[in-house]
Amino acid sequence: MATLNMLVAVCLVYVIFLFLIAFAAERAAIQGRGGWLRSPVVYTLSLSIYCTAWTFYGAVGYAARSGLEYLTIYIGPSLVMIGWWWVLRKLVRIGRSQRVTSIADLISSRYGKSNLLAVGVTVLAVVGTTPYIALQLQSVTVSFSVFSDAYEAGLTRDNHESNALLVAAGLALFTIVFGTRNLDVNERHHGVVMAIAVEAVVKLFALTAVGVFVVWGLAGGVSDIFTRIDTSEIGSWEMRGDRWAGLIFLSAAAFLCLPRMFQVMVVENENEGHLRMASWAFPLYLMVMSLFVVPIAVVGLDLMPAGSNPDFFVLTVPLATGNDGLAMLSFIGGFSSATSMVIVAALALSTMVSNHIVMPIWLNVTGGGAVVSGDVRNVVLLSRRISIGAVVTLGYLYYRLSGGGTALASIGLISFTGVAQFLPVLIGGVFWRGATRQGAFAGLTVGFLIWAYSLLLPSFGASMLSADLMANGPFGIGWLRPQAFFGIEGMDPLVHAILWSISLNTLAFYAASLMGFPSPLERLQGAQFVNVYEHSSTPRGWSGNLAQSEDLMIMAQRILGAREAQSLFEREARGQGMAGVLPEPSPEFLQQLERALAGSVGAATAHAMISQTAGGASVSVEDLMAVADETAQMMEHSSQLETKSEELARTARQLRQANDKLTQISEQKDAFLSQVSHELRTPMTSIRAFSEILRDSEMLTAAERGRYCSIIHDEAIRLTRLLDDLLDLSVLENGQVSLNTQTGQLADVLDQALAAALTGSGDAKLQVMRSREAEKLSLTTDLDRLSQVFINLIGNAQKYCDAEHPELKISVAHREGNVLIDFTDNGSGISKEDQAVIFEKFSRAGVQRVSGAGLGLAICREIMTRLGGSVSYLPGQGGAAFRVVMPEELAVAAQ
Amino acid sequence: MGKSVLLIEDEPNIIEAISFILSRDGWAVSTHSNGHDAVGVVQSTQPDLVILDVMLPGKSGYDILREIRGHSDTSGLPVLMLTAKGQVKDREMAERIGASRFMTKPFSNAEVLEVVRELVTE
Amino acid sequence: MSERRSRVFLERQSYRRRRLIDTIRVLPIIGALLWAVPLLWPSGEANSVATSDAIIFIFVVWTILVVTGAILSRVLSRGSDENDELDT
Repeated sequence: MATLNMLVAVCLVYVIFLFLIAFAAERAAIQGRGGWLRSPVVYTLSLSIYCTAWTFYGAVGYAARSGLEYLTIYIGPSLVMIGWWWVLRKLVRIGRSQRVTSIADLISSRYGKSNLLAVGVTVLAVVGTTPYIALQLQSVTVSFSVFSDAYEAGLTRDNHESNALLVAAGLALFTIVFGTRNLDVNERHHGVVMAIAVEAVVKLFALTAVGVFVVWGLAGGVSDIFTRIDTSEIGSWEMRGDRWAGLIFLSAAAFLCLPRMFQVMVVENENEGHLRMASWAFPLYLMVMSLFVVPIAVVGLDLMPAGSNPDFFVLTVPLATGNDGLAMLSFIGGFSSATSMVIVAALALSTMVSNHIVMPIWLNVTGGGAVVSGDVRNVVLLSRRISIGAVVTLGYLYYRLSGGGTALASIGLISFTGVAQFLPVLIGGVFWRGATRQGAFAGLTVGFLIWAYSLLLPSFGASMLSADLMANGPFGIGWLRPQAFFGIEGMDPLVHAILWSISLNTLAFYAASLMGFPSPLERLQGAQFVNVYEHSSTPRGWSGNLAQSEDLMIMAQRILGAREAQSLFEREARGQGMAGVLPEPSPEFLQQLERALAGSVGAATAHAMISQTAGGASVSVEDLMAVADETAQMMEHSSQLETKSEELARTARQLRQANDKLTQISEQKDAFLSQVSHELRTPMTSIRAFSEILRDSEMLTAAERGRYCSIIHDEAIRLTRLLDDLLDLSVLENGQVSLNTQTGQLADVLDQALAAALTGSGDAKLQVMRSREAEKLSLTTDLDRLSQVFINLIGNAQKYCDAEHPELKISVAHREGNVLIDFTDNGSGISKEDQAVIFEKFSRAGVQRVSGAGLGLAICREIMTRLGGSVSYLPGQGGAAFRVVMPEELAVAAQ
Repeated sequence: MGKSVLLIEDEPNIIEAISFILSRDGWAVSTHSNGHDAVGVVQSTQPDLVILDVMLPGKSGYDILREIRGHSDTSGLPVLMLTAKGQVKDREMAERIGASRFMTKPFSNAEVLEVVRELVTE
Repeated sequence: MSERRSRVFLERQSYRRRRLIDTIRVLPIIGALLWAVPLLWPSGEANSVATSDAIIFIFVVWTILVVTGAILSRVLSRGSDENDELDT
């Protein structure tokens, strides 16, 4: 009793340990410290869920009964792994590029995102896996009972059942906690993977420990054990060739098709490169797992009383020899094998059930649109959790109903044959573009019917198929006998079932594919899957213009979570070169979004959601594509090219615009810098030349010296003025100038400007004519800036008017709510081509400039723009004429 | 010996400075200050060297140089180009058209003198 | 792809890599053939193969495959990581 209690305690501690491991791994992954979680070693170990309790306990029993046949179960997967370059690499690549969430998702996605197909695969997977889960529950309870029998006889069967219930509940809880913590876009579960990696080590260690104990503890080493083997009842090679070959094929097929294997191999794969290590390390693991099976079986047969169950030699041999510790280790190993299988199987199946059955139904019931209301994330998580519970419960019920007897023992291979029916559809879909949805339906249907009829139903004995039917066929049709199709008798029933189910499955799949015509979507998907290495992403043609980005955003937020969705949208918007968070619903983006959603809810559901939001329920993508298909012979190509060229054209247009703009800016900047350089260097040249003359020449007259010094002085002033103008212009152009609004008389402003402009011109010969009466205007504006404009215009007249008796007429007029102030001189005016450029920076009027950098009029224009008016050249006035325009409301007539 | 230099430049102060420097060194300096008829002046005066500004009213220094190079009697005439636009592309342009030398303003007087002597000796 | 196809001669390195991948591809076939050898063994007769010999044969094949696979994948990962696409 003490040991039994201890067993329970150890079990509990071990379970808590697993919880902690999973929890730590999840935390590490969330905090980004999860580098070690993504090592190829962990990946390789996680594959070991292939070795369930059926391996841990059953392999020895299998060997005791059938010799080396058990090895086929491990040789098949070894060959698949060694041949990773052929199939696995492609599956993993497809899984990653299409964000596949399960084998059902992969198949439905390949065949045009058919949800019906996904439902079919899911149902079949559940049917094929449930007995297997039951088998695991049974193994745990039986192994428990082995202990209790050893220590205290008389535990009732009820105890066993409550044990099974407890184990089932615990496993469901674990899977729910770590399998549905969050909706990972990539559908990866670090905690679960880490826990099963640890369990992989535990079960390998336990089995090896028992093996070592048997070989060197009970037998006398390697040569002794070989002698014992050869003298035992399995001492010679008695193998039916058909079983050997058939089972190797079967286990290889099942290895690829088992939902749980697909989960760890493809869905949880972090890095394609991990396959490289797993390709040899996993065969090594399998080899070590199988190494001690025969020795344990042979020693067990020797040691244990006749009639004892060889399935539990791994436990009973250590117990019978008094090694309780080893037995306990062995128990933990078996427990690990069983639990890890149930956890991953429940996870994989629940994903399928939730994505392909529960969610589509929910979407239909709630009116289809995820836009309606409610947080879909919670719905998805809830449906996952319920699905996990349902899957485990189903396994438990199966265990209870089947009576847990020996019927379960043979279920392993039956289950393998069932899931192997996915193989033709899977391999065909990945390597053959001609595979169609009808083909997939036909193949799967035929395969599963034959499997059920020739293998599953007969396994239940006479209760399902009567002895008469078995012997004479249905309605007496002899060639339809379940285990002798076409009248071929004497085949091993299992090989018979494998042969006919797989070959007729393949035939139906092939024939229906050849006869049918795939929908455009199927053909696109087919091309994507088969040529996955060539284009890991190709548009599938969403008609994006129908979509509303905002609706998509609302939907995406509900499924991916607000943060994830927003960053996805923002990234895309940035990529499209748009401001804000909402990108244009380009076909490319819709596809990307669909993949992201597919990571959470599966491809078919995501497709349905997007098409509802993007296209409106009335027009499906398939409809659109079918229309396109009629016009274009090569659907894939034309659609891809079209989308691509559209994309390209848009990108090119944007690039061209951006480039033009940049070139223009750059040219303007270049020209401006060049002009500034010129304007700065010119006075500097004089300054430098004359200062060197002054420095180097001794024989200068005082007059020369004075003249040169004043040139230097003037040029220095010119430089300063230039810099002032540049700064002034820069301030005005950037709009940083603050206006100092005052009210004053126009006449006063003009007086000031004239005084400022004409001072220093010594012999002020410019004659100014004004109309004082018209100037009686009150102005409310920045008078200083306005004065600056006037000064500039008067200064120009003074500098450039080439008349013998230069005159400047300043006239004021009112027109259309504006005040017009004209400055007209009597010179030769400005030529037509110069008129166009005088307001540009550094423009040069044709005449030789006296001073100034050519910024004056540019500044004037900027000022007038700021003041809400304008300044322009007035052609045809005899001389040069400039008109300043001020809005009337700022200029109120005095009196 | 009084070899002749024709200075084509529009900034009066720079004309004065260069004239001063060169005449003190014994050169006969004539000046011209716009681009319109500069080529004609070059042909009529037949100087030993032309100093040519790039930014001239009427016609750019580049166009003038092109025409000088185009006439057979002036195609080998040494031409020193001056510019206040200090950009690399201006230098490249001048060299492509066939300027004997190219100098960026502001220059040092000694350097101008040296280049002028060098070009005429060649 | 068309660019690649048009190139008849490859650099030595990528040539070696392709042959390495060929080796990786052929390995499972060799394994399958070797493990098919037991099909030829006489079964259920007096002179049938001893189980110990069968075990040794099967596990030696296994070991050879594992070791060769390990060596090949090690060599493969030493080479460049791109170009994985150039086949199929």
